[in-house]
Amino acid sequence: MEGFWTRFALRIWVGVILLFLFIPILLIFVYAFNQSNIESWPIPGLTLKWFGQTWNDPEVHSAVLLSLQAASAATALALVLGSCAAFAIHRLAFFGRDVVSLLFVLPLALPGIITGMALNASFHFSGITLSLWTIVVGHTTFCIVVVYNNVLARLRRTQGSLIEAAADLGANGFQTFRDITLPLISTSVVAGAMLAFALSFDEVIVTTFTSGAQNTLPIWIFGAIRLGQRLPEVNVVVSFVILVTIIPVVIAARLTGGSGVARVQAGR
Amino acid sequence: MSEIEAGSVGFRRLAIVAAAALVAVAACGGNTTGGSTSKPPPTANIKPPTSVGAGEGQLNLIAWEGYVDTSWTKPFTAKTGCKVSPKYAGTSDEMFTLMADGGGGQWDMVSASGNASIRLIYAGDVKPMNPDLIPDWPNFQTYFKAPPYNTISGIHYGISLQWGPNVLLYNTKKFPTAPTSWSVIYDKGLSGLITAYGDPMTIADAALYLAKAKPDLGIKDPYELTQKQFDAAIALLKEQKPLIKKYWGGAADEIALFQNGDVMVGAAWPYQTIQLKLAKAPVADTIPSEGATGWGDTWMLATKAPHPNCAYLWTQWVSTPVVQAEQALYFGETPVNTKACAQMEVQSPGSCAQYHADAPGSYFDTIKFWKTPIADCGNGSLTCVPYEKWQSAWTEITG
Amino acid sequence: MAIAATGRPRKGGEAVRLQAIVWRMPWLRATLLLIPPLGWFVLVYLASLVLLLVTAFWTIDTFTAEILQVWNLDNFRVIFTEATYRNIIWRTVALAALVTATDAVLAFPFAYYMARVASRRVQTILFAAVLLPLWASYLARVYAWILILNHSGLLNWSLLSIGLPPAEIGYTNVAMWVVFAYIWLPFMIIPTYAALERVPESLLEAAADLGARRWRTLRDVVLPLALPGVVAGSIFTFSLTLGDYITPILIGGAGGQGARDFLGGSVFIGNVVYSNVGIANNVPFAAALATIPVGIMAVYLLAAKRLGAFEAL
Repeated sequence: MEGFWTRFALRIWVGVILLFLFIPILLIFVYAFNQSNIESWPIPGLTLKWFGQTWNDPEVHSAVLLSLQAASAATALALVLGSCAAFAIHRLAFFGRDVVSLLFVLPLALPGIITGMALNASFHFSGITLSLWTIVVGHTTFCIVVVYNNVLARLRRTQGSLIEAAADLGANGFQTFRDITLPLISTSVVAGAMLAFALSFDEVIVTTFTSGAQNTLPIWIFGAIRLGQRLPEVNVVVSFVILVTIIPVVIAARLTGGSGVARVQAGR
Repeated sequence: MSEIEAGSVGFRRLAIVAAAALVAVAACGGNTTGGSTSKPPPTANIKPPTSVGAGEGQLNLIAWEGYVDTSWTKPFTAKTGCKVSPKYAGTSDEMFTLMADGGGGQWDMVSASGNASIRLIYAGDVKPMNPDLIPDWPNFQTYFKAPPYNTISGIHYGISLQWGPNVLLYNTKKFPTAPTSWSVIYDKGLSGLITAYGDPMTIADAALYLAKAKPDLGIKDPYELTQKQFDAAIALLKEQKPLIKKYWGGAADEIALFQNGDVMVGAAWPYQTIQLKLAKAPVADTIPSEGATGWGDTWMLATKAPHPNCAYLWTQWVSTPVVQAEQALYFGETPVNTKACAQMEVQSPGSCAQYHADAPGSYFDTIKFWKTPIADCGNGSLTCVPYEKWQSAWTEITG
Repeated sequence: MAIAATGRPRKGGEAVRLQAIVWRMPWLRATLLLIPPLGWFVLVYLASLVLLLVTAFWTIDTFTAEILQVWNLDNFRVIFTEATYRNIIWRTVALAALVTATDAVLAFPFAYYMARVASRRVQTILFAAVLLPLWASYLARVYAWILILNHSGLLNWSLLSIGLPPAEIGYTNVAMWVVFAYIWLPFMIIPTYAALERVPESLLEAAADLGARRWRTLRDVVLPLALPGVVAGSIFTFSLTLGDYITPILIGGAGGQGARDFLGGSVFIGNVVYSNVGIANNVPFAAALATIPVGIMAVYLLAAKRLGAFEAL
């Protein structure tokens, strides 16, 4: 429908934005080979030594492990709680429903430093020692939001008549859920889980306030940046994470991006 | 009257009293004393251990950048099995905050400078240590065995570590000869090429400069400032602010600023000079004619330290002459162990004299060590500006 | 006993009866589902926020940083009367608005292309390309910008090599603007794209049939329908800029570089809150200051709800 020049201009724009998005990432890749441990342009020389050093660095190992643990636990909890919330809000029209929807958006809508400070204050107040579990509590709080949004958006697009039809055919609640509802929302659940995992894995602000001496990967990275002695190690780790997540990200994109459901409904 | 009425009258009376109490409390609120050093430290009665047990396998340290380098932590871990996890802080305030609540059961030790150590002691966040458990302690310079910033009423709240000056770091291409006065960092001709330490202690640097530049202010001690002296220092820093490119919050910040040519001059620790020279940057440092502020660091033990044995083992390790020399050369500071001088000569000839490791006690009197400003001016008057005013003034300057 | 469609009597009488009760009362099921997440939110999140609010009315012993539960309004008085803090608040809101506007402008054509022009395959690739940076550590990406923007960095080097004067925007508010716009861009693109994708083709055809030209259609049909998505994205860009302290610490300077520090300083709400909590250990003051962004976001969220952003999240 758009004219040739419009499409051309749009393509240029997309190209520029992609460049904008990816130049810093390319720099991260290149500077993983930096000879000096201080980052300056142009790059003084290339070396492979940082790869070996990062691979053998016990601090990196424990940071990555802790991040994976926290992200898994938070995502699992968020999946259960977020999906429950989405189902409830979708079905139920009750007084205060709007307030509850607003409530579920807060952890992402309020700046992270506030969530972090608030949680820290309550842990301190109740005498709970900071540990992996306090980190998980912090992460779960905003991961729930992500799962909730995704599942709710999908629920709104599914046709309630399918559920009713299943009931008419004699399926009980559990069967309906297992055979009809779950497959319909599965893609949004997976996409929500992946987004929640990504958010938790890269989260630094709330984690700073809910962790004690434990280092998740982002906290380790922040410390390494402040210290400045091992910047190439940071680049190595981040490059590795990017490469490892390309496949899951493409899968997530397939699941949520070109889903085509909306277009079908629009009657294209 | 009936019981119900009596009850309700009683309740009303209680409510009035409660409300009045609240109002009274609220009215009294906001009164700060500016230094509660009148009571003894809360942990004074905690008896330190008389022997060091087996290591617990882990040690969590809060340290300045460059204080926990792998070249001396690796042999330590190999020897004792204590895995060292450092958290680097850029300012004393950060360290103090991290150590809140006795370290929160997370942190074992902190390498506190003089302006944090007193606050830590009086907040009860650190507990007494037993110097007899440190074999090298008898070899420490006398002043550093019981300096006022970590020993109170004969109780040692930590073991002295190292000390050093805040130097003037400059780009040798811009300044072929070393600047001779701190006035260079207030020079309007260098706008956008200056950096300064992003911490309220910079006010003391300004006061030190004004002690010579404006002698009629009568500044004797840059940490004990009357309101008039304080206001003069603040005014100077407000004039300086438009000239600053960026306030550095940690060594790595400043290293990046000099390395990339963003700034040409500023106050620094010798560590930055050493690292920049290693990266072949054209820099050098000097102590100008007005003198310098400095810092004396102590390894302090957190009240709720989860790994006290590893903590003592670590303190023993970093007090040995070899490690004292290594750290001194790595950071550019001065060891407290008199035997370290010989080691420094072995590793880098001439360094002992360069870092004043063999200086007489009188030399320390020329360095204005960081300490927490309190209202007590030390000469009987209580009109000096306390630290919380330094913090709020600093926010005003940089905001 | 309930008889299943196959004619066999169903087993597990008690469980089935419970199930039947729950099935017949959908509100019961929904309420049971709602209790765990709502319980979490109220007991963990809301309670913490309330505690933080309460802390704002307390004060600390400045020497030992011990929190004194002495009720007073000092913290709020300082924030509202001292010019320093008013400037900081105004400056942060201005930057957040600027970043949001910039991202909206940058994201819209991109999202439009993705939603309406690109083929299915290109759509997936572009969507993955927008998601991928979210997986590259936020800190590492911000730090990479220092490399680009500093005095001898990539930007100045590129400008010099084509004969232009160096931009010298390192450690200035312009740098903060650029970096914030960069970091939050994916958060704006995704909801905008989702909203644009939902615009039914039939509406656009109808507009064309009624004689509207492309720009008119864009202005009168597409933009209003895409607005909820843009507003949803703006919630993130606005709130994330409002409370961020890491980017000001890494990218920000001292605020004295003239026009490039156009907001009159480089200290923002996030910096001050963080330095009060993480450095000065004055949690009550930080909590008091933190109520400002909460208040701002509350207003923003209400406005966003009106514009339908919540359906577009």
